[in-house]
Amino acid sequence: MEFLDAVIQYGFLQKALFTSIMVGIICGTVGCFIILRGMALMGDAISHAVLPGVATAYMLGINFFVGAVFSGILTAVAIGFVSQNSRIKNDISIGIMFTFAFALGIILITLMKSSTDLYHILFGNVLAVRPSDMWTTLGIGIFVLFSIFLFYKELLVTSFDPTMGAAYGLPVKGIHYFLMTLLTMVTVASLQTVGIVLVVAMLITPAATAYLLTDRLWVMLYLSAGLGVISSVIGLYFSFTYNLASGATIVLIATMLFLLAFTFSPKRGVLWNFIKARRKKGSLV
Amino acid sequence: MDSALTVKNVFVSYHGNEALRDVSFSVDPGSLVGIIGPNGAGKSTLIKALLNLIPKDQGEVKIYGKNIKEMRKFIAYVPQRSHIDWDFPITVLDAVIIGCYPTLGLFKRPKKKEKAWALQCLEKVGMQDFSKRQIGELSGGQQQRVFLARALAQKAQVFFLDEPFVGIDAASEETIIHILKELSTNGKTILVVHHDLSKVNDYFDQLIVLNKELIGSGKIDQVLQADVLSKAYSGRFSFLDKLEVQA
Repeated sequence: MEFLDAVIQYGFLQKALFTSIMVGIICGTVGCFIILRGMALMGDAISHAVLPGVATAYMLGINFFVGAVFSGILTAVAIGFVSQNSRIKNDISIGIMFTFAFALGIILITLMKSSTDLYHILFGNVLAVRPSDMWTTLGIGIFVLFSIFLFYKELLVTSFDPTMGAAYGLPVKGIHYFLMTLLTMVTVASLQTVGIVLVVAMLITPAATAYLLTDRLWVMLYLSAGLGVISSVIGLYFSFTYNLASGATIVLIATMLFLLAFTFSPKRGVLWNFIKARRKKGSLV
Repeated sequence: MDSALTVKNVFVSYHGNEALRDVSFSVDPGSLVGIIGPNGAGKSTLIKALLNLIPKDQGEVKIYGKNIKEMRKFIAYVPQRSHIDWDFPITVLDAVIIGCYPTLGLFKRPKKKEKAWALQCLEKVGMQDFSKRQIGELSGGQQQRVFLARALAQKAQVFFLDEPFVGIDAASEETIIHILKELSTNGKTILVVHHDLSKVNDYFDQLIVLNKELIGSGKIDQVLQADVLSKAYSGRFSFLDKLEVQA
């Protein structure tokens, strides 16, 4: 295959492939907890909210990773503060805060007078992954996966029955903000591959696909990571072969996988439900 | 005899709106206690305040003479069924195993021992044949039994159940009350938020009647009086007249 030859031949493609796989895995895993906690919108918000942090970090010449986590968490706290201290509901608070952060980020980047950077941060450019980006992604990936492995039980309880978790003494709020931290880290790791605007798709779509296919959380985590990897690799292949935007291509593949599961999932697919409903009706006649 | 639960002058408010005013009572070990009162009386708020899940403006709660923080491992809480996402990807057995989490602590995973114990608890509530089902595939009564099994798995001393009998079948209700009575005979203390007055007499040996403030508390025959109930429910229900006729 031409793509395989190219991967073997070109270092940039190897780096792109490695980074995409890593992003597929970590987005897929973190995404499961995001959707089970009903925080899809929050995922979208936090991923957008890293922009001002990234811009400021560039300006100050510090690691953009630090800036991203800082502005992501700050936004998460602001969202919580507004919704808990007024009649403003959570989704409204999310809408206000993340668009504010995003707008601020755009202004900051425009002040830096480099529009190419903005384009790359917003939409990703996986074929331009530098070695340092790759190592950042790997480092983040290891940290995120290790955290989820260590705190699996606690994440499970606080997603499923947070009141019970609090009743036996878990710091439920602390775990929420810890997950928000992981989320900002995942966003940073995905900057190059899919970009800020589409990260949320990598978080939610593979996880939602897995959600339709299993009734066990740990299976869902593996499935979602696997689906993330498949989307990334196939997406990268099409992106390279037909010279398409990498992030967008990866997201389209992820969505197609979702539609397949939505239609054909043995237990929850629409097709099966339709057939079952027909049979039931038929048996009554 | 030491009290299992002592509540002294508890005040709770939400954004300045008073939810509970000056609630004090105590519960003997091994009692099966019903917390009753009309809608919005603050029954769930009381349980949450007792468990320190919401802040108290004032007041003190002691469990076996100790602060809640020291007693968390000995407490089991069963939430209202409507507060659970029944589409969550978890099987009946895994949901019960969660009851072992508090004693497992951080980092340790449930092993064979915990699984066997969870299955035993499922057997107690008659749900062992459903252990591999996803929790949403059960009926309301079965779901409630599974959550009771989870509470049993916690090997707690004090149990808090929030509206366990809402929307469940009669057989499940009977299983649940039977197990609660057995627990109470074995010296466990159980507090149950209950939505109405039906069967209160058969179910509980102590009652706490609430309507923002404590209307009455104590042994069931002392509390189950027309004047206490009419104060709690402000004479809104016709069955109170019947009670008075009986009295």
